Amino acid sequence: MTTTNLGMPRMGFFTDTSVCIGCKACEVACKEWNAIPSDGKLELTGESFDNTSSLGANTWRHVAFIEQDKPMPSPDQGNSPDVRWLMASDVCKHCTHAACLDVCPTGALFRTEFDTVVVQQDVCNGCGYCVSACPYGVIGQREGDGRVFKCTMCYDRIGVGQEPACAKACPTKSIQFGELDELRDRAQQRVDELHAQGLHEAKLYGESPDDGVGGNGAFFLLLDEPETYGLPPDPVVTTRDLPQMWKHAAMAAGTLLAGLAATFMGRRGSR
Amino acid sequence: MSKHRHEPTFTSYYGRPILKEPTWEPLDIAGYLFTGGLAGASSILATGAELTGRPGLARATKLGALAAISVSAVALVHDLGKPSRFYNMLRVAKPTSPMSMGSWLLTAYGPLAAATAASDVTGIAPSAGRAAGLGAGVLGSGVASYTAVLIADTAVPAWHESRKQLPFVFVGSAATAAGGLGLLTAPCAEAGPARRAALGGAALELAASNAMEHAAGIAGETFHEGKAGLLLRAAKALTAGGALVGATLGRRSRAAAAVSGAALLAGSALTRFGIFEAGRASTLDPKYTVVPQRERLERKEVVGA
Repeated sequence: MTTTNLGMPRMGFFTDTSVCIGCKACEVACKEWNAIPSDGKLELTGESFDNTSSLGANTWRHVAFIEQDKPMPSPDQGNSPDVRWLMASDVCKHCTHAACLDVCPTGALFRTEFDTVVVQQDVCNGCGYCVSACPYGVIGQREGDGRVFKCTMCYDRIGVGQEPACAKACPTKSIQFGELDELRDRAQQRVDELHAQGLHEAKLYGESPDDGVGGNGAFFLLLDEPETYGLPPDPVVTTRDLPQMWKHAAMAAGTLLAGLAATFMGRRGSR
Repeated sequence: MSKHRHEPTFTSYYGRPILKEPTWEPLDIAGYLFTGGLAGASSILATGAELTGRPGLARATKLGALAAISVSAVALVHDLGKPSRFYNMLRVAKPTSPMSMGSWLLTAYGPLAAATAASDVTGIAPSAGRAAGLGAGVLGSGVASYTAVLIADTAVPAWHESRKQLPFVFVGSAATAAGGLGLLTAPCAEAGPARRAALGGAALELAASNAMEHAAGIAGETFHEGKAGLLLRAAKALTAGGALVGATLGRRSRAAAAVSGAALLAGSALTRFGIFEAGRASTLDPKYTVVPQRERLERKEVVGA
């Protein structure tokens, strides 16, 4: 049961990458507010302006930079440069069917009253199961600490009516926080607007409740295929197949019991 | 690295992986998959040996099961990021978490395996010891098979895509290991069931492995390449060779039985390490995440149109 059933609206992020300017204010605000330590490396990757590379225990917002050798369609039909620069701020998807939460053996990961997914740090014992279960590679284990960490959608801030630090800091409203239903409407309007302007590749990612994870609490407007941004094109919550897995394990367990029992069936003389 | 027929083209973000590499240490977790299988299947053999009057085989497999499950418990706790909080595993019982179910299973199985071994060695409370052994045998089938669900219930392509075959590979490997333990430690005259367990387990393990490598689709490549390929080829040779030597020369020669038993145990361990490494490799290359998902989307579009 989701808390939506209890009358609380589900809160979420809509990240509109078409207006992201790659300023990384979201990364900085997130680090500051949540007191996230450095990931320890101060080196340049040579991958455009991205020196963070991926989400993890110490990176809860990550801005991707993609340079493409094709002109950016321009709404005003004016001159446009020959290089298209895509920028996108990635974050935990706060899945409707969250594999990290499903597999957590301690109950450290839980679903909040806002329908977000949060780790209780005083319960996590660092088993790492959620890390391998996440189809987006979001949650990570912190070196030297051993526990796992990820975006909480600023659980402390939204509980007192504040918006999350990243959304607050975003200067272009690329990151929008609000009630998920309303964000979905707003996002669809934005896609229609971009299509009318000739940006036909604009599409939503993670907004559909019919996808493999039941839709994301944090969804995106993208200008290219998901994998271009380092996102999986068709993620599925692994626990969807769990009943099938238990069934096969039960059949295998039965095979083992029957097979080993059969090894005792030989004649006693030839034991 | 062998190039396959045609390398699929796909897009990625600077070739970076989409998934996170498992945080688990191979020695801890692949080691746990091995010792869990060895313990579970040994407990079943022990029960059979006890019921059919093979005290030598029963004692050897009971002690083997207890040693294996003790090592596995240490490995599991050692692998935690916060080992001092291992008891939080028993804070909840969650059917959606195979690790939670496994923790409870081990909590029930471990004491039974210990009780039956202790009773066998000391001669104290033999009927309670036999009852505990029966319980350990039944639960042992779960201990040997649930670990397949444990690793298949992840986003790791090589593990998740082989979810239907993996339990059969694991119980086959568990029977091979327990058979190997019996051959290595029990008197030849009592080791008939161990020889047959090794032979049957090896046949099941090899057949299910073959099916698994095909079922996993493109991620199945990781079972053949690199470190995983090397480990799995060695595992197959040791498993097949050990089972054959055990079933032939091992019937009469104590030395041949011991060599065969050691080869079977090593083969079972290498199977687990190989499968572990294949899973890890399948998270490191975005190809194994993107290509199958892209294909799935295209199939959906065809169906939709």
